Amino acid sequence: MGFLDTLLGRTKPVPPKLDDLFALPSAAITLEAGTGFKPTGSGSVCFRPVEGRSFADVQKEVQELLDMSAGDEGGLPVEVTKDSYNFTWLVSSHMSDQLDALVTDLHAVNSSLVDAGFGPQLLCTLVAFRDDSERRLALVYLYKRGTFYPFAPQDGERRDNALELQVKGVIGDDLKWEPDLARWFPVWGAPGL
Amino acid sequence: MAARTRYAPDRGLTARMTATMFLLGLVFVGFVAAIIGIGAATHASDAVIVLFAVVLAGGFAIGSLFYSDKIALRTAGAVEVSPQQAPELHGIVDRVCALADMSKPRIAIARSPLPNAFATGRNADKAVLCVTTGLMDRLTPAELEGVIAHEMSHVAHKDVQVMTIASFLAIVAALLIRFSFYGELFGGGGRGRGGNNNGGALPIFLIIMGVSIVVYAVSFLLIRMLSRYRELAADRSGALLTGQPSELKSALIKVSQGINRIPTRDLRAAEPLNAFFFAPAAHLTGGKSLSSIFSTHPSLERRLAELDKVQQQLNQGR
Repeated sequence: MGFLDTLLGRTKPVPPKLDDLFALPSAAITLEAGTGFKPTGSGSVCFRPVEGRSFADVQKEVQELLDMSAGDEGGLPVEVTKDSYNFTWLVSSHMSDQLDALVTDLHAVNSSLVDAGFGPQLLCTLVAFRDDSERRLALVYLYKRGTFYPFAPQDGERRDNALELQVKGVIGDDLKWEPDLARWFPVWGAPGL
Repeated sequence: MAARTRYAPDRGLTARMTATMFLLGLVFVGFVAAIIGIGAATHASDAVIVLFAVVLAGGFAIGSLFYSDKIALRTAGAVEVSPQQAPELHGIVDRVCALADMSKPRIAIARSPLPNAFATGRNADKAVLCVTTGLMDRLTPAELEGVIAHEMSHVAHKDVQVMTIASFLAIVAALLIRFSFYGELFGGGGRGRGGNNNGGALPIFLIIMGVSIVVYAVSFLLIRMLSRYRELAADRSGALLTGQPSELKSALIKVSQGINRIPTRDLRAAEPLNAFFFAPAAHLTGGKSLSSIFSTHPSLERRLAELDKVQQQLNQGR
């Protein structure tokens, strides 16, 4: 934010960075080779809904778009949930080997919102992974930063920091990681995880 | 571009804020010119006093800037809380920060029935966000988020720095009023003995005092005006950030009703922090026009009307 904007109290909403999302499929391969975590095939986009008709219309369009593409591929329809913080999650479910299709779906949500002028409402995208001992892991993409961080929830709102750091090490430079650990905020009970 | 129009800045507000800051600058320049003029017309002993006032005021300003977080937390009786102690609150702040791409502030809770919130600290990394238990009890999570987005906008706009710098002039003027008062009492005779031929001219201290009083009064009003504009700007940015102006409106209404119900003893205790509060604790009972000039916060009606504009802006068609 510029000096003048600060002086005049004008914050511009931060536009989302979308392109880095496509680094996910190759990172997933590295992750599976290094730790045994496999994609579950489900992923979700989290955004802050805006009150009023305009946004509701856009959201409906996005849902229809995803349902249509899911219908073509024989996938499940998108699931819409609202979390306790009043954020909306669109959950897209594919077969576990269709990570490319999943990422394309997630990206479709982003671009629809951005095209309608609601880009600043995007919070994060999450792709779920699981290993043989049923440990849960998510790679979370922060739109405003264009960075990823791992999130490994355990029972009772605790997170497995060791696993998270291990995942970051294994994937290494395949993803752009969020350098500020304070921004690895937990998404407890995120749909699709 | 749709994206650009939907989140366009409010030109009217920007213009009014610019005008206010320009006037403050003008007062400052006029003040300095007057002091230099007085200094040139007389002797160095007066200039030393002015310099002393400026240095002391600078010290106050820097001190209050550096210790703003500690002072505010102490005054409010607030305690910092960890994510384990207040998971809900941290969750809301996490999300607001991620939406706004800001670093997360420290979070504190003050035990007070007064529903209020404030953010302080000299920069975004040192910021502290404080909410009262009264606020958390009264508001729904969505309304609380609106209030937090408002406070985070204050942090993003660097309001603590801006208001401290804006108040600097008023502190200098206030100090000079005091100094020249004592100078007149004790210093007058001394200068006569020193042989400075001020002749029969008006005592210099009286002139400095007069100028300072005018400067203090004018800058005080301008600072209050600036503070009100910055509140409106924070309301606006906060509502744009969450996309829910109505939740903020509803929070504002609840909070102002709540404040009217609170007994005065609590209000006086909360007085020094008012400029950084979400809603001011003091409720002036005097004439409406007068109270709106002196108030640090805009009236509830004004804030609601501005939020209506945000609402329309967000909901406009493509």
